[in-house]
Amino acid sequence: MATTLTPVLSAAWDAPKAWTLQAYEAAGGYRGLRRALGMQQADVVTMVKDSGLRGRGGAGFPTGMKWGFLPPDDGKPRYLVVNADESEPGTCKDIPLMMASPQHLIEGVAITSYAINCHHAFIYVRGEVVHVYRRLLKAVEEAYAKGYLGKNILGSGYDLEVTVHAGAGAYICGEETALLDSLEGLRGQPRLKPPFPAVAGLYARPTVVNNVESVASVPGIVVGGADWFKQMGTERSAGHGLFSLSGHVKRPGQYEAPLGITLRELLEMAGGIREGHELKFWTPGGSSTPIFTAEHLDVPLDYESVGAAGSMLGTRALQVFDETTSVVRAVTRWIEFYKHESCGKCTPCREGTYWLAQVLQRLERGQGTSEDIDLLLDLCDNILGRAFCALGDGATSPVTSAIQYFREEFEAGTHTPADVLFPPERSSLFSYTPRRGAALAGAH
Amino acid sequence: MSVEHAPEGLSGRTPGQQHATAYDEATRARLDADAAQIVARYPQERSALLPLLHLVQSVDGYVSPRGIAFCAQTLGLTTAEVSAVATFYTQYKRHPNGDYTVGVCINTLCAVMGGDAIWEELSEHLGCGHDETTEDGSITLERIECNAACDYAPVMMVNWEFFDNQTPDSAREVVDRLRAGEPVAPSRGADQVVTFKEMSRVLAGFPDGRADEGVAAGGPTLEGLRVAKGNGWTAPPFPGDGDASGAPAASGDVPPRVGAEQSSAQRPVTTSGDVSPEGQKTKQASDDAKES
Repeated sequence: MATTLTPVLSAAWDAPKAWTLQAYEAAGGYRGLRRALGMQQADVVTMVKDSGLRGRGGAGFPTGMKWGFLPPDDGKPRYLVVNADESEPGTCKDIPLMMASPQHLIEGVAITSYAINCHHAFIYVRGEVVHVYRRLLKAVEEAYAKGYLGKNILGSGYDLEVTVHAGAGAYICGEETALLDSLEGLRGQPRLKPPFPAVAGLYARPTVVNNVESVASVPGIVVGGADWFKQMGTERSAGHGLFSLSGHVKRPGQYEAPLGITLRELLEMAGGIREGHELKFWTPGGSSTPIFTAEHLDVPLDYESVGAAGSMLGTRALQVFDETTSVVRAVTRWIEFYKHESCGKCTPCREGTYWLAQVLQRLERGQGTSEDIDLLLDLCDNILGRAFCALGDGATSPVTSAIQYFREEFEAGTHTPADVLFPPERSSLFSYTPRRGAALAGAH
Repeated sequence: MSVEHAPEGLSGRTPGQQHATAYDEATRARLDADAAQIVARYPQERSALLPLLHLVQSVDGYVSPRGIAFCAQTLGLTTAEVSAVATFYTQYKRHPNGDYTVGVCINTLCAVMGGDAIWEELSEHLGCGHDETTEDGSITLERIECNAACDYAPVMMVNWEFFDNQTPDSAREVVDRLRAGEPVAPSRGADQVVTFKEMSRVLAGFPDGRADEGVAAGGPTLEGLRVAKGNGWTAPPFPGDGDASGAPAASGDVPPRVGAEQSSAQRPVTTSGDVSPEGQKTKQASDDAKES
């Protein structure tokens, strides 16, 4: 096998009480912070820039460059806000990371804050994961007690306060400016950009917003150096990343690998598609990334290659579906999600997702019209690039890509219900007898 | 927010008048003390609104009219401004919630893996639709969106604790035990699911001492690590790691001096950026760093 796994963030998740500070230190934790505090702040930024680390939250923007966008320090506050609002369908890497090894994130927060000269950092975690919130609160408490946070950290003279903030259920708050509004106690709606958060973010002060996995990757870079990080991955997509396999695979889970690994390689490690079935379609990076099919098994999962193949690396959320799955059912459910989560601020997204759902629901019932496919594509055309933020753009991805690869299933939606073409009990992981007629409902 | 839930004693206001909050004195004093702690976490007090709404739910079991008035009064907002926020987020309940929110993930992946069947089973078994509560007030059933546990599909959440790899039978058993008042343990979480009000207090930022309960990770979380260990695969070692291993953990109580041996010996080649004024700036006092 060409590519092997490279556990870094996940390397000690199986240790006894892995979430404790003691376990984290035993695994070499906080070496990065000690080293960073002995460096010039600008040198830390340069090191992360040189490493080629790109944002692990989906967009892939170079992390060090984002830090470098902060204007020169004017002596007033600047903030680090960690985006721990993991909610993209299929994405399930940050939550297990914070459950098993929250100190990894806390150390990353301390180093990142030092690098950008921030003295109050925030971790915005979605509210629907109470035990993860407990672990983060505990991790911060332990880090304070040990002098890794608070006043005069490790005798360096550097001070940092960290607040862990629980959200309250809103996918849109994963969008960085909506997250900032939410953190300011407002409805979580995106802001007009520019100004970007680097210039006017939290409380209109210069702010870095980084994903959990990005920040948690920083301690390793500081300990190992930029060149160590670049030993993994490709030239332009450097380093390790968590690949989250879910769905019709034998052993779903978190696989930490160099960027550039392929789904074929990952599937081999995960035992393949479930017994007696074959791959039909998959998402490379969550529901907002255009779907792939079996023809994309060998696409290297790095930013450039996935982009060239017509999708996006996103969050490396590999949702895998076999031949029993109705594409129309899958896409309809995703669109019901976007409709539910649209914040309502802009018309293309608010109205567009509503109409997409209407049309898809009738296709799923087998009651579509011959114009519906063109109507869907037209709707997508009026959302993509016209919505206020990426939520609307993302909603079009599953629709247009599914029509591209499985147009005949949408055509069948003009005469045959999806659950007749693809009985849902064949897709489920347990056997059951469906209650016919009651099933096709989105309560949205 | 409908008015029929307005508790006795809550009255309207005239311009300039403070909101009545209708909490008894002891409750109000407790809320004020908690609110002061919450507000102190943030440079600007309005940031306290989301945790304050969780706090209200920890007392009233939903975002009550008196709770809205309390938040407004605490933060100097109008009740309309508070309601506007409360109605945006799905975790804030607009009518009294059951003791346990049971959420079945019906987003695509969980739905296809069996979440739809679990939903049908529970909905019929409990006689509840989405966001409806059983007559005994024990369970509020919800269709929920992706909860970041797709490798454990189909997933069910009870008061936002993970119940992994569910089936219609396992899910029914969980709700039956909850209704019978038996302790129920999630797959990954505390030793026991706490009540909606208790959970809401944690989300307001008040630990309940259960962080060390439960597992670090379930099977799928560790699957890649298991494969890597089985094959002897590791990430590249850190340069010079042989010397350093163990030392940092042992020296945890002895802070190294700035510029000491661990400082910058192995950093990459320096660039012109290293000598920028920004890099040489000494740290500012944290008191100056805070906005008042």
